[in-house]
This record gives sequence, C-alpha cells and structure tokens, in this order.
Amino acid sequence: MSDNPTFEPKILGFCCNWCSYRAADLAGTARIKYPTNVRIIRVMCSGRIDPTFVLNAFALGADAVMIAGCHPGECHYVDQNYKAMRRYGMLKHTLRQMGIEPERFRLVWASAAEGQQLAEAITQMVEEVRKLGPLAWAANWQENGQRIEALEAIVHEHAEAMEVLA
Amino acid sequence: MKYAYYPGCSLEVSSAAYDVSVRAVAELLMIELEELDDWNCCGATEYFSQDELTACSVIARNLALVEPRLDQLIAPCAACYLNLKKTDRLMAEDAAMGARVNECLAAGGLSYQPGRVRVRHLLDVIHDDVGESAVRDKVVRPLAGLRVAPYYGCQVVRPAAEADCSEYPMKMDALFTWLGAEVVHYPVKAHCCGGHMTQLSEPMAFELIRRLLQSAVEYEADLILCMCPMCQLNMDAYQSRVNGFFQTSFRVPVVFFTQVCGLALGLEPTRLGFGKEIVPAMPVLEARLGAAPAASSR
Amino acid sequence: MAERLGIYVCHCGSNIAGTVDVEEVARWAGTTIRDVVVSRDYKFMCSSLGQQMIEDDIGQQKLSRVVVAACSPHLHEKTFRRACANAELNPYLCQMVNLREHCSWVSTDKVAATAKAKALVYAAAERVKWQEPLEPMPVKVNPNTLVVGGGIAGIQATLELADAGYHVYLVERSPSIGGHMAQFDKTFPTLDCSACILTPKMSEVGQHENVTLLTYSELEEVSGSVGSFKVKIRKKARYVDEAACTGCGICTEKCPRRVIDHDFEAGLGYRKAIYTPFPQAVPRIPVIDVASCIWFDRGKCRACEKLCPTNAIALDQEDKIIELEVGNVILATGWQLFDSRKLPQFGYGRLPNVFTNMEFERLCNAAGPTSGKIVLRDGKTEPESVAILHCVGSRDVNHHEYCSAVCCMAALKFGHLVLEKTKAQVYSFYIDMRPNQKGYEEFYQRLLEEGMHFVRGKVAEVTDATRQPAERGKLIVQVEDTLLGRQRRIPVDMVVLMGAMEPQPDAKEFGLKCGISCSMAGWYTERHPKLDPVATMTDGIFIAGVCQGPKDIPASVVQGAAAAARVQGMIAKGTVMIEPIVASIDEKACSGCRICNNLCPFSAIEFDGEKKVSRVITALCKGCGTCVAACPAGVITGAHFNNRQILAEIGGALWDASPVLEDARAGADEPADEEAESALSAR
Repeated sequence: MSDNPTFEPKILGFCCNWCSYRAADLAGTARIKYPTNVRIIRVMCSGRIDPTFVLNAFALGADAVMIAGCHPGECHYVDQNYKAMRRYGMLKHTLRQMGIEPERFRLVWASAAEGQQLAEAITQMVEEVRKLGPLAWAANWQENGQRIEALEAIVHEHAEAMEVLA
Repeated sequence: MKYAYYPGCSLEVSSAAYDVSVRAVAELLMIELEELDDWNCCGATEYFSQDELTACSVIARNLALVEPRLDQLIAPCAACYLNLKKTDRLMAEDAAMGARVNECLAAGGLSYQPGRVRVRHLLDVIHDDVGESAVRDKVVRPLAGLRVAPYYGCQVVRPAAEADCSEYPMKMDALFTWLGAEVVHYPVKAHCCGGHMTQLSEPMAFELIRRLLQSAVEYEADLILCMCPMCQLNMDAYQSRVNGFFQTSFRVPVVFFTQVCGLALGLEPTRLGFGKEIVPAMPVLEARLGAAPAASSR
Repeated sequence: MAERLGIYVCHCGSNIAGTVDVEEVARWAGTTIRDVVVSRDYKFMCSSLGQQMIEDDIGQQKLSRVVVAACSPHLHEKTFRRACANAELNPYLCQMVNLREHCSWVSTDKVAATAKAKALVYAAAERVKWQEPLEPMPVKVNPNTLVVGGGIAGIQATLELADAGYHVYLVERSPSIGGHMAQFDKTFPTLDCSACILTPKMSEVGQHENVTLLTYSELEEVSGSVGSFKVKIRKKARYVDEAACTGCGICTEKCPRRVIDHDFEAGLGYRKAIYTPFPQAVPRIPVIDVASCIWFDRGKCRACEKLCPTNAIALDQEDKIIELEVGNVILATGWQLFDSRKLPQFGYGRLPNVFTNMEFERLCNAAGPTSGKIVLRDGKTEPESVAILHCVGSRDVNHHEYCSAVCCMAALKFGHLVLEKTKAQVYSFYIDMRPNQKGYEEFYQRLLEEGMHFVRGKVAEVTDATRQPAERGKLIVQVEDTLLGRQRRIPVDMVVLMGAMEPQPDAKEFGLKCGISCSMAGWYTERHPKLDPVATMTDGIFIAGVCQGPKDIPASVVQGAAAAARVQGMIAKGTVMIEPIVASIDEKACSGCRICNNLCPFSAIEFDGEKKVSRVITALCKGCGTCVAACPAGVITGAHFNNRQILAEIGGALWDASPVLEDARAGADEPADEEAESALSAR
C-alpha cells in the first residue's frame, strides 16, 4: 500500500442514537476539532448494524468503517451492544480473509459524555488508515479473481434476500 | 519469587547494615534477590539537578541491565527507588526523551523499553507479595513490648503512591504489628528528614530532624525504623549535632526496618548489622526483648 | 413516479456558514442529486420564516420529501417535522443532516468541511427517498406517578402532584422519608430549623389521600415506556404490622439491644435494634434491624413482641413485592457523603476530634446525641477553637473535580452556630468563597462581622505532631495562607471537614434499571444541562434534586416541582405520542427459526405456535433494530431505519468514493451525475 501523504481516507461511521451520536454532538458543542474524514450515519442502536452495511460500505469505496456504540452495560436497549460486539468480531475475521486490514474496521464505545474520547478515536483511526492507503479493492481484485467472484456472490445473495422486504 | 536487586551505593558502605539485613530478611521470607550485574550509581539528587538526559541515561542503564526473565526490581534505598521509577516514567511519558535515552544506552550495547521493569521497594514487596499470614508464620521471636516508630520519609511514598499511601502510609505499621511489636502513633511518619539539606543548610535540616526525634520521644517510641539510608543517616549520625544546636538531649536509636524485622524472624543481631549505628540500639532491644537467643534454624 | 425533494441548507448564522460553504452545497445539491426540485440555503432554518419557506415549497412545489441540513436532529428534528406536518406532508418524510455539531463545529478546514457536508447531504437525500409515511402511536398516560426518593426533592414533587389530584407512589429506601435534610440542624441563610420547615411537608405526605407511601422499600424493576410503566417494588419486612402499630414507641424504649446509629446520627449516637430513625419520622412505624436484633441473631428476647400493646410485632413478616402501573417516574434519589478517610492527611477516623459535616450537624441539633451542645468526642469538653476545612473531596483531581455547591454556605452556618453556642474562635479554611444565591453574600458579610476568621488556603494537613509545648493536646492545622503568603500552623481543638456530596453508591446501576445514564462524575444525565435539567433521554423518567448534581435545598425543591409540573402536563394531555420506530415481521416470509425471539431484551417478540411464525408486540418494541439485523432471512423490517434506507444512506455518503460494484447499491439509484462518473473512471 502506498504511503500517500495527501491521501484522505473516506471513512463511514455508524453511531447509535443514544450514546455515540450524542458524543459526536458533544464534541461539536465543545468545538473539539477532529478530521472530517468520518461520515456519520445514525442508527438507533449499534445492534442494528447489519454486516451487509459494512460490506456495502467497503464495496462502495469506503477506506474504513467505524461502529460506535454505548459502553457494554450501558446500552439504552440493555444489551444489544453485546450483539453488535459479536457480529463485529465475526465480521472482522471475515473481512481479513478478504484482504481488508483489521485497522480498517473498528468498534469503539463512547458514552454521551465522551465527546473528547470519540474525537480522539476518530483522529487515531484516520491516521492509521491514512498510513495504510486507499483500500483499492479493484487492484486487489485483479490479483485474486477468485476473491472477486466470492464477494460478488455474497453481495448478490444479500441483494436478493433484501428484495423480500416490503 | 525472584526479583532483580539494586543495592545502590549507600548500601555498599555507609548503610551496609541495610544491605546485610535486606538480604538476610529476604532470604527468610523466600524473596529471591538477584543483584544486578555491574550496576552503576543512580546519581541520587545530584544528577537530575544537572542534566536530565544524562541522569536518565545513567539510571536507565540499570533498568536495561535487568535480565529479560525478571520484570521486577527491588531498590531498598529511597533515592534509588525514586530515581529508577522517575526515569521509567519520564521515558514512558516523553517519547522523545525515551528515544534519546535509548540512543545513549545503545552506545553501551543496551536498550530499555519503558514500563518493562516494575520498580519496587522491599517494604511493599513484603507487605503485598509475601503477605500477612506468610510473615506471621515466620515470626520466631515476637517483638512484644518493643515500641517502634515507623518512619517512611518522602521519596518512596511520594510522588507515586504505588508503594504506599502518600499522605499517611501504613504498610510498615502493619508489618510490625504482624511481627508482634507495639507500633506507636507517629504522626510525622511521612514528613521530610531534610535529606541533603544537611549539606546546604544545617539549621533547616536540623529543625526537620529535631521534629522527627521529638515526636518519637513524645510518643515514647523505643526506636525509629527507617527505610532510606539518607533518613537513617540524618536522624542517627546528626543526632548529636541536633542536640548541640537545640540544647536537647535526644538519644533515640534509629535503625533500618529490616534489621528489626530480622530479629523477629529469628536472626542474630550480628547478622543484621547492629552495632554500626551511632546511637546504639542494642541496649533498648535487649531491655525489651531479652538477650539474643542462639541462632535458631527454621 | 420519482420523488420531489426539497433541500434546505442552513447557515445557522455563521455557525455553519463560517466553515461550510452553504451556498455552494445548496447549489451543488440542486444540480447533482437526482430528483431535487428545490435547493435553498437560508440563514436560520429553524426560524418561523425558515419553516414557512419549507411549508410554502411543499405546497407550491408539491414536494414529497424534505431534507434540512442544519444542526443536530436532537435539537430540531421535531421543529422541521412539525413544519412538514403543517403543510400536510407526513413528518417522517423529512430527514435532517447534522452539518453543525458533526461538521462545521469540528473542523477549521473549509474545503474538507464543505466536502463532508456534501457527502452528508447526499446521504440524507438518498435515504429520504426510501422513507415512508408513518404515524406516531398514541399511548394513554397513566395518571399515577412513581417518585423514588423521599428527600426534600421527592417530597416536593409528590406534594405538587398529589395536590393537583393525581395519585403518587412515593418509594423510600430508609424507614422514614425526610432524607438528609432531616439530619440538619439549621438551614442557611435564614437559620430556620431544618426539621421545623421539613416536618410539615413530611406530615402532609404521610396523610395525603393521594399518596401511597412505601418506605423501607426498594424499586426493583422498571419495564414499559412513557405513559405506561410497570414497576416492581420490594417492600422490605419491617417485622411490624403497619395496620396495628400506633407509633407509641414502647418497643423502642424497652428493646435491650443498643447499637451505634451510623445512618441518622452519623455514628455519633445510638439507636435500638427496633427503632424509628428520628422522632418526627414519617411513618412513625418502627423497623427491626435484623443485623442487630437479638431474636434474629440467637432466637432470644422478643421483648418488643411481649410489650407491644396492640400486638403489632410480626417477627415472621416477609418482604412483599408490589407491582404497580404508573405513567411516569421521578427519580429523586439524592446523595451520600464523601468518606473523609480517603484523605488521611486530615486525620478523620484517626484523630478523635476531627468531625465530618454530617457529624457536626448532629452535634448542633437539639435532638441530637449531645442535645445540641457543641463538644469534643469525649462528649463533654467544649472546644475553644474550631477549624472548618472547605472542599474535602470536592474540587480535587484525586477525588471529585466538581464543587459540591453547598459547603461554603454550610461552613458559614457552622461558623455562626459555633459563635452562637460556644465561646470558641472559629476559622474557615477555603479555596474560594461561593455564596452565590439570594441572601448568601449577605450571610457571608454577617459572619465576617460576627468575627469568624477566614483563611484562604487549602489545608495541607491536620496533625497532632506538635513542634512547641503550646501546641500539645491540640490539633494543628497546617496551611499556606495565600493572602498573607505565609505558612501558618493554627492549633485548634476541633476540626470540621466539609465533605463532598457524592452520588449514591448504586446510582449507576439504579439508573440503568430505569434506562438512564450517568455523567462521568456519576450524577444522572439530564436531557439538556441548560434548558432541560429535569428530563432525561428516556421519556417518562425524570430526575430531581441532588441526584442530578450538587445543589442546595431551594434548588432541589424547584427541581422537584419542575419534574412534577412536566408530569402533570403529560397527565393533563392524556396521551403521549410514541415514535413509530418499531420492528415488524413479514409473517408470510418468516420461517419460524426464532433466532430473533431471544435477542429482544424487552420480550417484544412472541412466537405464534400455531402459525409457526414470530411476531413483534408493537407496544413493547423500543425500536433498537437488533432483530432486524439478525434475521437470517431478512424478513424483519425496522420502520424508519430499514435496510433500503440505510443502504441508500451509505451509498449517498460515499458518492465521491469510487464504487467497485455498481449493483451493490441495493435499492439506491445510481447517481447519473458527471462528478460521480468521473470519479468512477478515475480509479
């Protein structure tokens, strides 16, 4: 991976409505500055994160994905962040097999009072991903035709499954 | 349990009693001490006041000498303890300093990763690692009737409150209770002894020493227990000067805590460096505890 | 048919416009994003003109979707939804973009911030196209209220609601209501007797027809949501039959077992094994403390039982679980006192004549262990000098960084009492003097005139280590007098430590039980620290008093009343609208695998044994979406957060990243714009 100093990673962040989204709000209210690379998407709970969201994000060109939720034991919906944690573990493992470095996928906990901490986590992640360079799946894929097929198959499967929804 | 051991310069000569008693007590309490090979002076307070980088490098050399299989280092001298700890922390908190120190160490073929070695004082090793029941088990000669004033001094308990509480430490108190002694109330237990002020301003240092002796007398302690060569030197060797300065007549024996601890564990006074102190401790020890028994094997 | 989007980019004065090029974002959105019919920027979208703009456009331009790029939805989502509703567009067809807290306020790089703003706007635009009209669900508000905590804040809240004609269940952990205020002697700055102003309120609560008082009880469980909570209360066994007890007190008098009272008397006095905490206790029904009772310890005695004239002792009584339904819950759980032993340099617990503020209150109190005489630990010697140390545990990075708000005033109060009741000199050792409410500064001036000594300096040590004969037998306060610029050693007889107020030891878990969280200092988190200090993030759960943060009695009373007013508002309205963010299962497609059943902490998914499908109980669903994500067949839909919407949002957010699989944008339309195309071919 090239160490391009002007490379600005595009990172997708999922924040849960109760804790981490409010932490991000707090960082703003407190005028804490952090890099603009993370684009935040709000969900009600980190437990809502479907693995396909993460896969889609990478497929659509995100260089990294961050999930932020309430601290274990403090989830607004009791213990749904534990489920997020489990999914995250399995997904990270899977992503690694697809050639996605572990630094590109992070789970952080941030309570509504932790604006500073969330800003720091984001800053750190941006720097790590910047060093890794762009995800450049296309380049990766040309090397490994089999991986391309496998991934296409997974994504198409999910696309089909989602057509069942109203 | 195995620990690396850093005696420090004072323990080599002027406070040999401390070194001798530390080793004797450690052996009995199953604390295996491995003296660092080719350790060097820690520079006490002088180096840091001259140049921080030199000071850190010279001190870090000792940390670097700790064998990879050991991760704890015991330094009985309070100044050595503080210096080693301070250096480790400085290197950890200031990455640039840490890198420069390692550059210096590299010149001698060494390197040190901050945080690798945990610097301990023998007191908290005995209190925390060996623990109450193990110590009580090994007591051969309870110090019944002996009134001790536990004196902690500054540098072990401050600034890091790792070895004991910074404001009102209690581990030596606890230890001597386990050994059967009567631990007197000693409110100045963590007040400064004057340290090197004896070289810089005698009136100031003498006043600080006087307060410590005064308090021990007030609470009727038989002797004062120390855990630092400087403190022991100040309170013992300068006691007559203090008397001269203030027209007092203190005659309080000041010894190392390991010396008295050794007595409780059954060791003979000669093995513990007694007799080296200026204000003799043996008279009061014999008066309270009776004549020393023959060395018991346990 | 394509949607018709209206995009509104707010300047928010210069809050957003100062960093994000809002005009550019609006222009770009209008030309780049598909289906955008109107794209404007405006100074203050939340103003009535701004809202009017949206309403007019909806009518005139026949907008079917609205995107407002402004501040955090937590502030104005309701505002813009209402604007849409006014123009007869379903409020859930409106989406906000957080350009302020998440973008302009966290960056100084105008170019980067503007690029981020564009991505966020694109994300919302793509998302909103898939949003569906939803109707909020009305829930009837149960007019009963649960108030937890019988201190002054809880009492105030209870009385306000009860006087308004609504029923209140007041749950209090200790045997009597009254809280810490019942322990005080006098209250500042008026020097009213604390019990005298408190007990009338306590009696009112005890006798009120609209109050069910549950003392010596604990809230164990809370379930449900605003308007209809189900709560479980454990009424601990008092071993006294409340119906039969007349409060005569013979049992307490005759009980042979006396123990130190660590609670009400702060460890300075005694109580019996069967006791009421203080004479004016409400209810005046004693409690047997199992830990100190001879009967429970070794099966002997039973004196109380034998002597009770109404046979009210019930030694076989058991805890009772009471289940209640209430519409709202007010938590007024108060505080505990900082343990001064954590600051050993002050000698508390070691030096006998060092007292805590609570102990001193009990000394001063005429009904206290010394009948109001200020004496040393020996119970008889009057001090000739008293030192009062401020900020013990407060304003301390090692313990609590916050200021406990009341200690300066309480210290002045103590100073006054010492000067009034004794001939002693009294010293205050303070960092800053903080008498900042009505009448407080005047009280400080009064104490200055009464001859109290003030030393500005945080005390380093309280010691009995003397340096001169004159100091013998005294406690020496060692302090740097920062106004004099000198070290001082002040010998005194008595030291009073103004210990910090701390959250209750179980505040955090208790809060989680009710679905609310704590700040880093441990106080309950209010909805907004400035504008909404009694509501929490969880609708229907309110907080009042010190549990929200250190404060004095008037402020606690105000918060109790405020919480009660909010609850009254809801009860008066009768229904509360619940956000329709719930899950639903497509029963035709559900295979009955039941993976979702156990994922719900609210038991909102049931299994229909006959049809062999799972079903969401809408009333219980809180909308977290975990089941939506977990369903292997993808048949659970999360309203307003369904897969299509989120995937579209992801696609929009990454509009300027190079997509590798175009057909991976399941459900989202491809951007047919040039910028995205060139980005596609560039990589």
